[in-house]
Parts: sequence; structure tokens; C-alpha cells
Amino acid sequence: MDRRIVKIEARDINFFYGSRQALSSVSIEIYKNQVTAIIGPSGCGKSTFIRLLNRMNELVPNTSLKGAILLEEEDIFDPSVDPVEIRRRIGMVFQKPNPFPKSIFENVSYGLKINGITDGNFIEKKVGESLKKAALWDEVKDRIHENALKLSGGQQQRLCIARCLAVEPEVLLFDEPCASLDPISTSKIEELILELKKYYTIVIVTHNMQQAARVSDYTAFFLLGELIEFGKTQDIFTAPKDKRTEDYITGRFG
Amino acid sequence: MAKLKEKAYRWIFTVLAFSSLIFLVGIIIVLFKEGLPVFKEVKPADFIFGKAWYPTFDPPEFGILPLILASFWVTVGAMFVCVPLGVGSALYLNELAGHRQRAVLKPLVEILASIPSVVYGFFGMMMIAPFLQNLLHLPTGLCAFTASLTLGIMATPTVCSIAEDALSYVPKSFREASFAVGANRWQTLVNVVIPAAGSGISTAIILGMSRAIGETMTVLMVAGGAAVIPHSFFEPVRPMTSAIAAEMGEAPMGSAHYHSLFAIALVLFLITFVFNIVAELISRRFRIKLGLGG
Ligand SMILES: Nc1ncnc2c1ncn2[C@@H]1O[C@H](COP(=O)(O)OP(=O)(O)OP(=O)(O)O)[C@@H](O)[C@H]1O
Ligand SMILES: [Mg+2]
Repeated sequence: MDRRIVKIEARDINFFYGSRQALSSVSIEIYKNQVTAIIGPSGCGKSTFIRLLNRMNELVPNTSLKGAILLEEEDIFDPSVDPVEIRRRIGMVFQKPNPFPKSIFENVSYGLKINGITDGNFIEKKVGESLKKAALWDEVKDRIHENALKLSGGQQQRLCIARCLAVEPEVLLFDEPCASLDPISTSKIEELILELKKYYTIVIVTHNMQQAARVSDYTAFFLLGELIEFGKTQDIFTAPKDKRTEDYITGRFG
Repeated sequence: MAKLKEKAYRWIFTVLAFSSLIFLVGIIIVLFKEGLPVFKEVKPADFIFGKAWYPTFDPPEFGILPLILASFWVTVGAMFVCVPLGVGSALYLNELAGHRQRAVLKPLVEILASIPSVVYGFFGMMMIAPFLQNLLHLPTGLCAFTASLTLGIMATPTVCSIAEDALSYVPKSFREASFAVGANRWQTLVNVVIPAAGSGISTAIILGMSRAIGETMTVLMVAGGAAVIPHSFFEPVRPMTSAIAAEMGEAPMGSAHYHSLFAIALVLFLITFVFNIVAELISRRFRIKLGLGG
């Protein structure tokens, strides 16, 4: 079990929105084919952190960054690296399902089309595969050309996962993917994450301690922009080293 | 006591809300009452499709086709100016301009949209018309082309402002979703943002169009005023609005000429009414499509 391979390494990350510091000296290793959960109170920088991993935060004006993030030992912020390529390799699913107001098929094929793939057969095959991997195929196979906004929230979220999978990413980032879903949809997404972990490296932000405990192999606890503790989920939840971690997971926190 | 106050408020707002409806009904009644008598003189088909507008001759002729065509030409011409300029600048404002630039430019555009049309008329008359006349050696610079250009410039800020609103209503999450699968800015704009804002942009265009077709002062000043069927963009024309404005003063009250001007207004009213309904339908579809509710 200890033959873990580092997929992403963040080295001494400091991140600022304007002059306001959102992350301070965060260093962490994300292991390949493992699920890493990021927990911590609201505003502690969880979203900020995972949005750095696929260079999404660059879309926010007036931000600055110190430190490095290595994806398989290559610095993703190196000037020679194309952010578009990084975002293709590192997919992201957001808190609120955000399908395009297009058909289910067009949603999943979108990433392929913009990446220059025109072969209709290939696209069709890939769309089917991605929907199957996202455990949505059986529910939508007869209405693949209907508008995606007609799906339920949970189905929309799985559609967003399928949309990511279609471009064959290596890493999947989930920012509170179940925050707006009901318990049944939530458990479906959790099952899906456990299944996807075979093929992908996964990072998930969650406010739900049970969810972190259920789906993750490793857990990172953030507080006020700092990484307080990182370790195997089991250890973090049963024997946290830091008092603040313990207070948080036992719910004795602010 | 509080209940009474609440009741009073309710009443006041109900009356206010209905008063605009009453005005609208009033306008329609007046238009019909004053416009319809002209059809004692001329058949409706001859009125709309008649090629000669000689309301003061003896016998008079009341064919408004030249006026309708003039309005149509000038409006279409204006569209060629205000659609690319307005939509283009909306895209720039929304997509390329930084925060600070937008903070200055957006209000500026809104100010431009609120400049009285007489000012645009002056601009067209004093700058565009002489310039075109010299450039193209025209007998007069006051023609359909100048009117189109002036109206187009005038409608640009309206189109820009509404189109920019439509673009900014596109949820940020759509853009993020697009970027997250590896789309660049341009692909995101073309494949996600513009389609999502598409109906809003068409609403902007239609409203710009109804502003152009209903505009009076500017065309009165720069279109040249000849009530003949136009053969080229460089001839003077007399759109419906300027016919009404120019002739109302000289038409004796209650005369056929007088009634015919109201009938023109009625036609114009119906045209803009249809435009606005279409715009409303489109924007409703747009809101439903984005899941913003009907
Ligand atoms: N676009 C932004 N501009 C300025 N400040 C921001 C921006 N986004 C986040 N912040 C600030 O950075 C800090 C971290 O925010 P972040 O969204 O990463 O927190 P979070 O841990 O994801 O919280 P939550 O659990 O509520 O989602 C907060 O103080 C927040 O106010
Ligand atoms: Mg967050």
C-alpha cells in the first residue's frame, strides 16, 4: 500500500486575491488513483486551493501566486505550459451542476469538439462511454438529444462528470459536488467516485465529514488558508495529531 | 391603522399600474378614431400600396408606400451600422475590457443612449451629410444613406447596452464549465456565451430596430424629405415619422390629410407593436432556456 505515486505536488503555495491572502505556505502531495478529501470551515481556502490545481483561478482578475504546483513533476505554472492543456488533463466538477443549455449529447461531446475532434463515430462512442462511466447512461439513453436542463439535479451533476470524462482527464477535481443534491443523488455520486478512483486521481472538497470518511483515502484539513493536517483519512478521523483538527471533526468548532 | 395604510398603498399602486394601460388604450382609441376616417377618401389597400403621396393636391393622393419604403430602407440601413457596432462593442465590453475599462465605458454607453435624438440629427446634418456630399459628389447629402448612418450611430449604444446586459446574464458557471474541459476564451465565447445570450442579443437588435423605425427628429433633419419611392440609398426620402411631424402643422384639422397622418401613425404603431411583442417572446424564451424562470 505504501507504493504511492505522487500525481500532483503543491510546494509552498501562497495565494492572494488582491492584497488579501487566501492561502499561506500550503504544501501537499496528491497521490495517484487515490481520493483526497479537503475539509475545513467555510472561507478557509478549499475552493481556492483546488481551483489552483487546474489553473481556474487565473480567470479571477488581480490575483497573485507564489510557489509551485507540479503535475507529474512538471510545473503547471511554467510559462511554456498552456493552461488549456492543463484543464483538459485535470477535469473539474462544480458545486452547482452546470450543464450547458444544450442537449445531453452536446454537453458530453462539447469537450471533444473544442479539442478538434470531428469524427462523428468516435464522438458518439465516446459520449456513450462517458455516460456509462458516469452511471447515467441507463437513465438517459433514450433521450440523449433532449435538453440537459430537463434532468434532475443529481442527473445533471453526473452529466457534468460525464462531460469531464469525455476528454480523458487524468485528475478529477470535485468542489462540493453534492452540496445541492438530495441524499439519494449524493450516495450515487459517492459510489461513482469510489468507482472512478480506479482510473483517475481524485480531489474532493466537502463539508460533510461522513462523506470525507466514506469516500476518501487521504484527508487534508484547512483552516484560515493554512494546511493544518494531512494524512490517511483513517488516521485523521480516529487519531488527529492537531487539536484544531480534532475540534473540527468532532464538531466542536465555531 | 397599519391595515388601512397597506390598503391605501395597494390602491395607489394599482391605479399607477393601470394608468399606463389606460394611456395605451387612449392612444389606440385616438389613432383609430382620427385615422380611420381617411378610408372614406381612399381604400385601405390604396392607402398602403399607393405609390403617390400628394396629400395637398387637388384631387389629393394618399398612397403611403413611398413613406413605408423610406422607413424600411432607412431602418435596414441603420441595422447594418448598429448591429455590428453595437454587438461588437458589447462583446468587447463583456469579454475583453478589464474591470476598470468597463466601469468607465458601460456608463458612457448608457449616456450615449440617452442623448436626445435632435443632437444626433445635428451631427448627421452638419458632419455626415456634407462629408458624404463632397466625397460622393451627390446633389444633396441629405438622403437615405445619411439617415441610415445617423440612425445607426444613434441606435448603437442602445443595442450595445442591452446586448451587454444579455451577455452578463450568462451565468459564470457556463464559462467555468467550458474552461474546465479545456476550451479557450474564443471557443467559450463562440460555443457557449453567444448561444446562451443569443436571444437576448436578438432582443437588443429588435429594440434597436424599433428605436430606428420610430425615430422622428433625426430623420426629419437628415433624410431629405422627398416623398417618392426611393431608387437608391443616395436619394432623399421621407419616412413615415417625418411625414407626420412635418405635415401635421400644415394639415387643417379634420381634413382628409389630417386623418391620413393619423392613419400613418396607426400603421407605425402596429409595426412597432409587433416588433416589441416579438422581442418580448424571444427574451422570454431566453430566460426559460437559461433556467431563469418565465
Ligand atoms: N474571487 C475572489 N475575490 C476575492 N476574494 C475571494 C474570491 N474568492 C474567494 N475569496 C476569499 O478567499 C477566501 C477563501 O475562499 P474559498 O472560496 O477558497 O473558501 P472555501 O473554503 O471554498 O469556502 P466554502 O466552504 O464557503 O466554499 C475567503 O476569505 C474568500 O472571501
Ligand atoms: Mg468553496
